[in-house]
Amino acid sequence: MIKIAKLTKHYVSGEETVAALRGIDLDIEPGEFVSIMGQSGSGKSTLLSVLGGMNHPTAGEVEMAGVRLYALPGEKLADFRAQNLGFVFQSFHLIPYLTALENVMLPLAIASLSRNAKREAARGALERVGLGAKYDRLPNQLSGGEQERVAIARAIVNQPRIILADEPTGNLDSKTSDEVMALFRELNDGGQTVVMVTHNPDNCRYADRTIVLRDGRVVAGS
Amino acid sequence: MKLHNIALNNLRRRKAKMAFLTIGLTVGIATIVTLVTLTRSMSGDIERKMDEFGANILITPRSSDLAMSYGGISLGGISFDQQEIREADLALIRTIENHRNISAVSPKVLGGVKAGEREVLLVGVDFDSELRMKQWWQIFGAAPAGDGEVLLGSDAASALEVMAGDAVVLNGAPFKVAGVLAPTGSQDDALIFAPLNKAQALLGKEGKITLVEVAALCSGCPIGDMVVQIAEKLPAAKVSAIQQVVESRLHALDQFRRFALGVAAVVVFIGALIVFVTMMGSVNERTTEIGVFRAIGFRQSHIMRIILLEALLVSLLAGLLGYASGMGAAKLVLPFMAESKDAVLAWDATVAGGAIALALLVGVLASLYPARHASRLDPTEALRAL
Repeated sequence: MIKIAKLTKHYVSGEETVAALRGIDLDIEPGEFVSIMGQSGSGKSTLLSVLGGMNHPTAGEVEMAGVRLYALPGEKLADFRAQNLGFVFQSFHLIPYLTALENVMLPLAIASLSRNAKREAARGALERVGLGAKYDRLPNQLSGGEQERVAIARAIVNQPRIILADEPTGNLDSKTSDEVMALFRELNDGGQTVVMVTHNPDNCRYADRTIVLRDGRVVAGS
Repeated sequence: MKLHNIALNNLRRRKAKMAFLTIGLTVGIATIVTLVTLTRSMSGDIERKMDEFGANILITPRSSDLAMSYGGISLGGISFDQQEIREADLALIRTIENHRNISAVSPKVLGGVKAGEREVLLVGVDFDSELRMKQWWQIFGAAPAGDGEVLLGSDAASALEVMAGDAVVLNGAPFKVAGVLAPTGSQDDALIFAPLNKAQALLGKEGKITLVEVAALCSGCPIGDMVVQIAEKLPAAKVSAIQQVVESRLHALDQFRRFALGVAAVVVFIGALIVFVTMMGSVNERTTEIGVFRAIGFRQSHIMRIILLEALLVSLLAGLLGYASGMGAAKLVLPFMAESKDAVLAWDATVAGGAIALALLVGVLASLYPARHASRLDPTEALRAL
């Protein structure tokens, strides 16, 4: 599903060049649940953003679902994200002026579906994360765990092949974290590939495989 | 859920920000509407005032052999005692195509008379139209009210040693001096003004007119056209425009319009700046949100559409509100600004359409850069968390 070869990413800050990723080789199979661990500054978030098609690598290749991601011209990369990827962010990043249902429908705003089909899909995604009853709430009327669920529903509403999650339990208590991780497991059991960045070792028990990064290199799990 | 739903919901649920943006643009548009409406209303008022202020068309007999000037204006060659215009023909002037633009027709008969031992120039006038045309006249005493009353220029009064209320004998006929003019610096100072019919009788020129001054309303009517039209009606007369008067009026109006345009341009610029700064601030505040849009697959053009649609909606509202409040302000201010009580508010669909179009143009143009900036945000930078 995902093939990464000799992936390098350098950031230039003034006269200083920082190597965030140093020649990563990695294969992730379809339907696999992979967690990426590492200390702060190890390059795990950079790796996720490169996988998400939002951060051009300095060198190396990323092939996803048979497509060389960074060979795609201009807005085709955005289209690829819309059709194949679902994002779950650490701070949920829900749109504050949209209700839970509208937030979930957001990825469908650019899809050519009827209004009813979009509503049905969003309702279905919210039901799936157990928030069907709170569809008309604004994000500030939901708890942290509920906001996370809305964010997950938004990530799965267009049925992407791959879900990318960045510290999805970073802002949640342990009980809610367990519920959210169980939800990811459930999604993965349904056939979706999940790649999750986490610093919490407890979360790794839900994953099929844990990749450990240190100083921009894979040190375990490749 | 479509892109416009995102823009609408943002505006609907962020009322304070939307109100700030709308107010900023509304104030700009309202100021322009007020200025433009006031300018148009006052232009009309000023035009009317200026048009009534002195003559701008002169009608004299065609043939003449003596140079003569009146009021500092060269009339070409006219003989006192020869060719005159028939008074009966004056009615024809009011039958021209642009007769509505005629503000005043002031016929005159000229001739020398004896006042005691002195020779003076007597001018027979229709006092109603003469006084309307010469609003700068200051009269000590009163304007002549009856056939037996005359008005004297200041030099004439001192030469004859009379003042308002005194009697004067002209060619043997007694007249009462109703008033004396304050010095005007023109040839009016040396003249005696008598009612037209009385002067005609005194000069033996019944039914005859020496010259006619016409005050025409310039607005919407080229004086040149009126000159041609009058000349066609009075083939025996020489009709000419007093170019100096016409040009100076047009020049004064042009300056007034240019001033108003300049002020309006400054206000539009400030309005655009407000929209630009507010939209830029809004984009910067929404960096994360835009990052999310990009991450879930929105194209750059989708982001541009959301931002520009918001600007378009706010601008439309600001245009409508700006027009309404601008007209309201103009209505309140006009009585204080216009000198004449006759000044009326100029309601004009062009101003309404222009205000809305300008609001849309300014709103969208000022939002173009912020929208472009938003669409080009690096999603990774925007989200920071990634």
